[in-house]
Amino acid sequence: MNAGMSIPPEPESDGRLSADDAMSQEKRYLASQWRLMWWKFVDHRLALCSMYLLCLFYFVALFCEFFAPHNPRQRARDLSFAPPQRVHLVHEGRLRGPFVYPRIQHFDQELALLTYTEDRSRVQPIRFFVRGDTYRFWGLVETSVHLVGLRDGGRLYLMGADRLGRDLFSRILYGSRISLSLGLVGVFLSLVLGIVIGGISGYFGGITDTVIQRFIEILMSIPSIPLWMALAAAVPPTWSQLTVYFCMTTILALIGWTGVAREVRGKILALREEDYAMAARAAGVKEFRILMRHLVPGFTSHLIVVVTLAIPAMILAETALSFLQLGLRAPTISWGVLLQDAMNLQAVNLYPWLIWPTAFVVFVVLLFNFLGDGLRDAADPYRH
Amino acid sequence: MIEYIIRRVLIMFPTLFVISIIVFTVIQLPPGDFLTTYAINLEQSGEPVAMEVLDALRERYGLDKPMVVQYSKWIGGILLRGDFGQSFGHWRPVKDLIWERLGLTASIALITIVITWMIAVPIGIYSATHQYKFSDYAFTFAGYIGLSIPAFMLALLVMNAAHMKFGLDVGGLFSDEFIDAPWSLARVVDLLQHIWVPVLVLAVGGTAGLIRVMRANLLDQLELPYVETARASGLSETKLLLKYPVRVAINPIVSTIGWMLPQLFSGSVIVAMVLSLQTTGPLLLRALMDQDMHLAGAMIMILSALTVIGTLISDILLAWVDPRIRFERQTS
Repeated sequence: MNAGMSIPPEPESDGRLSADDAMSQEKRYLASQWRLMWWKFVDHRLALCSMYLLCLFYFVALFCEFFAPHNPRQRARDLSFAPPQRVHLVHEGRLRGPFVYPRIQHFDQELALLTYTEDRSRVQPIRFFVRGDTYRFWGLVETSVHLVGLRDGGRLYLMGADRLGRDLFSRILYGSRISLSLGLVGVFLSLVLGIVIGGISGYFGGITDTVIQRFIEILMSIPSIPLWMALAAAVPPTWSQLTVYFCMTTILALIGWTGVAREVRGKILALREEDYAMAARAAGVKEFRILMRHLVPGFTSHLIVVVTLAIPAMILAETALSFLQLGLRAPTISWGVLLQDAMNLQAVNLYPWLIWPTAFVVFVVLLFNFLGDGLRDAADPYRH
Repeated sequence: MIEYIIRRVLIMFPTLFVISIIVFTVIQLPPGDFLTTYAINLEQSGEPVAMEVLDALRERYGLDKPMVVQYSKWIGGILLRGDFGQSFGHWRPVKDLIWERLGLTASIALITIVITWMIAVPIGIYSATHQYKFSDYAFTFAGYIGLSIPAFMLALLVMNAAHMKFGLDVGGLFSDEFIDAPWSLARVVDLLQHIWVPVLVLAVGGTAGLIRVMRANLLDQLELPYVETARASGLSETKLLLKYPVRVAINPIVSTIGWMLPQLFSGSVIVAMVLSLQTTGPLLLRALMDQDMHLAGAMIMILSALTVIGTLISDILLAWVDPRIRFERQTS
């Protein structure tokens, strides 16, 4: 940065330099901290891809009514445990675009089970922007257009059905809205708590600091899942879905903030001794202003990394608690709630598609880990 | 060294005191107490509820008293008589119910730590010395997967695979004939035949994390000039690696035992539910749902205490392994 100061910034129109790398050299000197981070981050292909994919996930979750082929609560008794339908392209040697074959239901006397086979003589083409179950989009506009589906109310089950014949794929998409947002909200709450408490601890120091640090250490030494379980068990079953949702995020955040608080405190303690903080102090800047204006920007990038790596932990915690039936409960749809169906070994053997939600959990958590690692490398000024 | 240990032991007591307050408060959070739940259940099943009996029970356990009184009764019983109170759900003293389960939980955690180390440290060393080779990428990728899969799902999948492929029933910690049997050599053997499933499942997540830490630490060390010097002086590569950089790189891992324990206890609770193990997990969940507060409180309290002791041991171990920490304490 110091070297950058000595080169006078030139207006862009006169910036004709003989060599290209002299140009990029200069750009590098003049770039802000965030721009430098972005350049380094873009080099990290895996992290960049993960970021785009995560954006896609959140986008789909935001508009899940449109992306899901069906209403996730629409039961179909005659489609109980219907297997995923295979999407075909070629019918009797001719290319027909994506289509599925209609199902035929049999009753297996021996196993006392419904089984399904494909009717290979007819073709049900998959349509885009098709009319299906009506829904109120964000509770505002009533419409019935879905991204994909079959015509005339045919039921397209890409990932099979659950016991009540509900479309698992639609349920997973609706579940992503709850599970993904819960991670974000939970992390936001723990970030606020962590910054405030960690800030107080690092800023005031002395007795306050010691007490807060001891308290955090104590909180950290209580195994989190038993504590979560105890807190979650205290949520009365009579509360509404929305209230339970906010209780869950608060419970997750209550335990997650300790890590953030320690990071914030450590960084403040280290940065307040830096020369530039000293210079600001010598120039008569107020302590609080030094903190907010000069110290906080110094570790924002670091915090973003911590937060990115905390989100997957929250998502995993939600699935675990809901799986134990301590978290969100049906009729709320979340990935953890969907996994309750997979708890039964027999069910998993007979209907292996019930573990599809796991694939989504693992994939999203993996993406967050890749993204977090890429950000960490980008935010570290000593790494090239 | 001894002074350091004494000081660390003394800090433990206020820590445990604060933990006990937190645990008790959390256990008290649900509205009502066990007896109200119990009365409602009785009423629903159509049995007459004897109010006098309930009142007598309430008075006996001090459930009608303010929280401070209840807390002091609870903690006093634990400290003075080792009495963790009465389990309302089982109508038996808590201490009869929990010790064997706690022992099994702790042994699963300890075995898991040992296994995790045995896998993670060599792989971490290998990954660091073969940086950016195919095997390094393969281990890193496998590690990421291990970090991302929920432990309970892994347990479910392992159990399913064992059942389908080998026809093994790997649920539980004992075969049927040994569940209530007294301890014997045969029972221990039976336990060892079952314990590998939860240990394997729990070890996966921890191993993935440890490999990353070990790899990063060792890579940092390998860049340093002293390694080059040792190499120049003709030390064989293996000896050089194990004698210096690995020793330094392993220190942060020793200090992680402290936070591995709470994670393992946490993880084992859920895995135990899936695998129906005779550990604290299922009992704790039941107790929490029934508001069986003495039982739940005792279990969370003891798990936390074990964690605090584990941290203490890891701190002492760290001081013993790393002479710099030892000397720093002496001079300060």
